[in-house]
Amino acid sequence: MTTITGWRVTSGEAEGAVLKLDAPVSFWGGIGPEGDIIDVHHPQHGAVVTGHILVMRSGRGSSSGTYVLAELLRLGIAPAGIILTEPDGIIATGALVAAELYDARMPIVTVSDEDYARIEDGVTVSIEMNGDNALLTIN
Amino acid sequence: MLAGEHGPAVELSMRIITELGRIRGAEELVDIESVHIDGCIFYGQAGLDFAQKLVALGGQVKVPTTVNVGSVDLIHPTLILQNNDREKWVYQGGRDLMQAYVDLGCRQTWTCAPYQMDSRPDVGANIAWAESNAIVFANSVLGARTDRYGDFVDIAAAITGKAPRGGLHLDAERHGDVVLDCTSLSPESLALDVTYPVLGYLAGAIAGTTNPVLVGIPSDVSEDSLKAVGAAAASSGGVALFHVVGRTPEAPTLDAALGPHINAPVHHITPQRLNAARQELSTAREDKLDAVSLGTPHASVDEIGEAYDAIIGGPALSDGVAFYISTGRSVFAEADRRGWVKPLEEWGVTFVLDTCTYVTSILRPGTRTVMTNSGKWAHYAPGNMGVDVVLATLGECVESATTGRVTWNRELFT
Repeated sequence: MTTITGWRVTSGEAEGAVLKLDAPVSFWGGIGPEGDIIDVHHPQHGAVVTGHILVMRSGRGSSSGTYVLAELLRLGIAPAGIILTEPDGIIATGALVAAELYDARMPIVTVSDEDYARIEDGVTVSIEMNGDNALLTIN
Repeated sequence: MLAGEHGPAVELSMRIITELGRIRGAEELVDIESVHIDGCIFYGQAGLDFAQKLVALGGQVKVPTTVNVGSVDLIHPTLILQNNDREKWVYQGGRDLMQAYVDLGCRQTWTCAPYQMDSRPDVGANIAWAESNAIVFANSVLGARTDRYGDFVDIAAAITGKAPRGGLHLDAERHGDVVLDCTSLSPESLALDVTYPVLGYLAGAIAGTTNPVLVGIPSDVSEDSLKAVGAAAASSGGVALFHVVGRTPEAPTLDAALGPHINAPVHHITPQRLNAARQELSTAREDKLDAVSLGTPHASVDEIGEAYDAIIGGPALSDGVAFYISTGRSVFAEADRRGWVKPLEEWGVTFVLDTCTYVTSILRPGTRTVMTNSGKWAHYAPGNMGVDVVLATLGECVESATTGRVTWNRELFT
């Protein structure tokens, strides 16, 4: 078991299997209404983000990504949580609005580059918050 | 405002603005002069729920606010297909959503290119614009200052008149981070329209979310070409600001563009690299053409004029090929005043207003292969619409539309 301390972007708790992306994905145009990666240029085209802890270095692409994430949260097919290395306003806003509208709270966390490298695809990670600190446990 | 003394819509909006400020590390808020809304395209119930909640709470915009394309062409509503339940849902939801933004006090502009309208922000003006192509154009070409605002934050900023003072509002965030040296490209290549979306595609792939600086671009390059660079760079990467040395307001020289980043890495953009990038974006494998789509971002008056010059007086449109030009209401009115619209429509052009061919159901069922001069359209359409594309010059698009066969020069750049 490994623990990592990150920074809270949005509040919430989650646990799930890591889907670690080789390249950032744009929610808009990149993730379809079934929660799968539809960007044909993306190396993990076809992977499903639903229920996973989505791990990618940064956000990307059109600002409408915020809308897509809020809709995925409304439908209950969003990632369980998201881990980035830098805060991303587009992704964060989708989560903030879904929390306001539907009380759907998806944690978003940033971690250092070193800790990012330690989070491997497929492992189970749990996320909980302590103030602005995000506590990640890798099983 | 957080305490609710200005009403519940302001309170909710302020909660989102201040939380976003915390996330971005902004120490304070900044007053903004204008807002461009992207939240008016219907992608599902969540966006409609949010807008209607703000309407129900009595929300009204506090600063001049333009709206991006919606999901419905309100002028030509029958253009939007309603062949199945999903399309009917998008049509109705799209109309309701557009109405909600009108109710909130937005100007009915319905364009992704608000910078093509009469009033534009000045150099240095703080604004809160959403939609990645509008953001990158405002920062790069106009020299106004907007961070990357998205759906929901846009209307929250409009209702409060405030945004977090962070990101690209700050001098320190606006310097170039990486140099794209284009000096090896031939003058012929630099004069082609399609060079610029491909350059933008590469700039986004190289720069990611940082600020690229282009060197070696003619100082009289058009705003339309810069629009194409920005839209593609914001699609392939997350570029919100680029500089073109000798052309854009914050880049009179390379030193000025880079500021303290004098050791920024340099990438050499060769003709081979441009050809490879264009081939990568062009997914079509068949040579039968089904449609041409121009105007992503929305066509300018000049671009409609160029289409007019390329089309009128030449061969007829081939049977079975649809030819779309997406544009905004104000540009369309000007093109009509200049006498271009009627001949183009008679030739077979379908003008799409208020929306765009890749955000809603306009393409005929069975459309497989589409040519476009837009890097952004080429990037997103295969995923969004399930079509194959060729990114081409206006001339190649028009020629192919008249023969019905996809014709393009794969080794165009020299």
